[in-house]
Amino acid sequence: MPELSLREALNEALSEEMERDEDIFVMGEEVAEYNGAYKVTKGMLDRFGPERMIDSPISEAGFAGLGVGAAMAGLRPVIEMMTWNFAVQAFDQIINHAAKMLYMSGGQFNVPMVIRGPNGAARGLGAQHSQCLEHMLTNCPGLKIISTVIPADAKGLMKSAIRDNNPVLFLESEMLYGFKGEVPEGEHIIPIGKGDIKREGTDVTVISWNKALLQTLDAAASLAAEDGINVEVIDPRTLMPLDEELIFESVRKTNRLVVVEEGWGVSSFGCYITDRVTTECFDDLDAPPARVSNLFVPMPFNVTLEKEVLPTESRIKEAVKKVLYKD
Amino acid sequence: MPAPKKDQLIPFYREMLLARRFEERTGQLYVQQKFNGFCHLYIGQEAVSTGCLNAIRKGEDHVISAYRDHVQPMVLGMTPREVMAELLGKSTGCVKGKGGSMHMFSKDLRYYGGHGIVGGQVPLATGIGFKIKYKKEDNVVLCFLGDAAINQGQFHEALNMAAVWKLPCLFIIENNLYGMGTAINRTCALENLADRAKGYAMRGETVDGRDVVKTYTKMTELVEWVRKTSEPVLIDMQTYRLRGHSMSDPGHYRTKEEVTKERERDCLVLLQDVILSKKLATESDFEHWDEETMEVVEDAITFAEESPEPDASEIWTDVFVDEN
Ligand SMILES: Cc1ncc(C[n+]2csc(CCOP(=O)(O)OP(=O)(O)O)c2C)c(N)n1
Ligand SMILES: [Mg+2]
Repeated sequence: MPELSLREALNEALSEEMERDEDIFVMGEEVAEYNGAYKVTKGMLDRFGPERMIDSPISEAGFAGLGVGAAMAGLRPVIEMMTWNFAVQAFDQIINHAAKMLYMSGGQFNVPMVIRGPNGAARGLGAQHSQCLEHMLTNCPGLKIISTVIPADAKGLMKSAIRDNNPVLFLESEMLYGFKGEVPEGEHIIPIGKGDIKREGTDVTVISWNKALLQTLDAAASLAAEDGINVEVIDPRTLMPLDEELIFESVRKTNRLVVVEEGWGVSSFGCYITDRVTTECFDDLDAPPARVSNLFVPMPFNVTLEKEVLPTESRIKEAVKKVLYKD
Repeated sequence: MPAPKKDQLIPFYREMLLARRFEERTGQLYVQQKFNGFCHLYIGQEAVSTGCLNAIRKGEDHVISAYRDHVQPMVLGMTPREVMAELLGKSTGCVKGKGGSMHMFSKDLRYYGGHGIVGGQVPLATGIGFKIKYKKEDNVVLCFLGDAAINQGQFHEALNMAAVWKLPCLFIIENNLYGMGTAINRTCALENLADRAKGYAMRGETVDGRDVVKTYTKMTELVEWVRKTSEPVLIDMQTYRLRGHSMSDPGHYRTKEEVTKERERDCLVLLQDVILSKKLATESDFEHWDEETMEVVEDAITFAEESPEPDASEIWTDVFVDEN
């Protein structure tokens, strides 16, 4: 199996889908001539031409809305947000239009659109460029939401997202576009709504996704080596709809839950996961669930401070030990 | 310019009359608390929908609008029954009781709604225009918006993109001079709203939207120009809403004299004068049409009132397509 970076895997998914279906087009800032701000769409202008690879003005609400209208009329837009921070400008189109169109129109107008881009902190980009937006968006019925950095998952899920007839938000990570992994060639599809056990274990279930997943896996390796703790790591991959059964099954086995999420842990998606688990698996739990998330402050620029605000490996390890009463 | 033919004037009148009587009865039903939510009546603006929507290929060209949307779908061909049933939230409504007053839709009629966020539908229209061009079709999209919507950022973004990419969009400002209680000259420094188009190197036009003959004539020209050139146009369609913004509007922001004066230029009265002066019909014809129209409206109300409520299972349908 070839080894691809996250950006190459996404590029492969987009390109294969565009090859398959002429109704798919890509629009966003710098996606065409510049080859993408983070080079995800590299080479695609040459391959698909300017009718299908479209450099937009800096008008996030405008081109997100253009995507909604084009999708209602029958096209399959893939809208790139240079980062999800800027998609805040397009929240009206995402929340008030894309998410509600099918329902409001009594099932007549669906919106087969993907909005994708990097999510979360990079390194020293400061408060306005370092946010995780899934916590706000998962609160909105009518949207499917995928968050992944694993190249094979990204390819398989991007293909599913493009083929889905509903609005799908796809959250990547700027820091991990170069992150490599084996990626199956050609028709590799991962269904939306299916999570994945990234590390099997028996002692504690840890749920994590996107960039924080990699920290969680490092923490799990070190806990195994240093403390003999056997952590099971689950990557939901899709946040909406959430693969609850996979999580419940794991908790019923380990009897302990930790959620590690980048982003602010107040009214966050992690809150929702712990709520679902405490409601459905109350009798299986041997300890209250623990959560690790950003410290509740705007992101500082200074990289040492930034590291401390984001989930850290040591806070993850502490949380795992806490639910094992080993702190 | 392709003016309406003589034999079109009476159908235009009757269409506008239906709109008027429908909305008058809708207002009464609202006051009687027969339905909930907001209710924005179209009274006074009927010449705009009739003049614009008869200038397109109905069912082929695309139309999108804001929340003042009871009348436009009927001009496109939706039955008064479907609109009234939707107002009452019934399962027989055009969107099964899931939209209500502000969210009428019909995929068959290419009517893309019915939108409640001021200015939010404007980029959608640009997207529909994008699709027309992408698929090399020879249709156009009509986007209706209020005068107050031109101060939304999304309006600017959408018009800029339509101009840059030469998309076949007609952006029609239904300029009734007010956004709720705020006169447009208090929120927009331009005297001539069509001048906004200049900032996008777009064609801008001003149309007397109370005169259905002028509206239809100009719109026919503009629709065919857009179809031919695939270039957008911004239209300041000058009209007046004779009722409050919504049913809960006390109307303190304008004088009784102003409204009385505007009634003299009521689009229905203007058209009636034309028909009478051309001797196309007599006074008794008008009375007869009114009776017939009232029957249609009452039939719609009876239908809506007798229609069943949506089944509770409908709560869970249409959240996602291809599921349930
Ligand atoms: C984004 C947004 N802000 C505020 C409102 C509340 N609101 C509803 S209608 C309206 C006035 C709009 O006036 P105009 O665009 O001129 O349309 P008209 O009602 O005159 O047809 C306002 C402020 C809204 N629906 N959406
Ligand atoms: Mg207005």
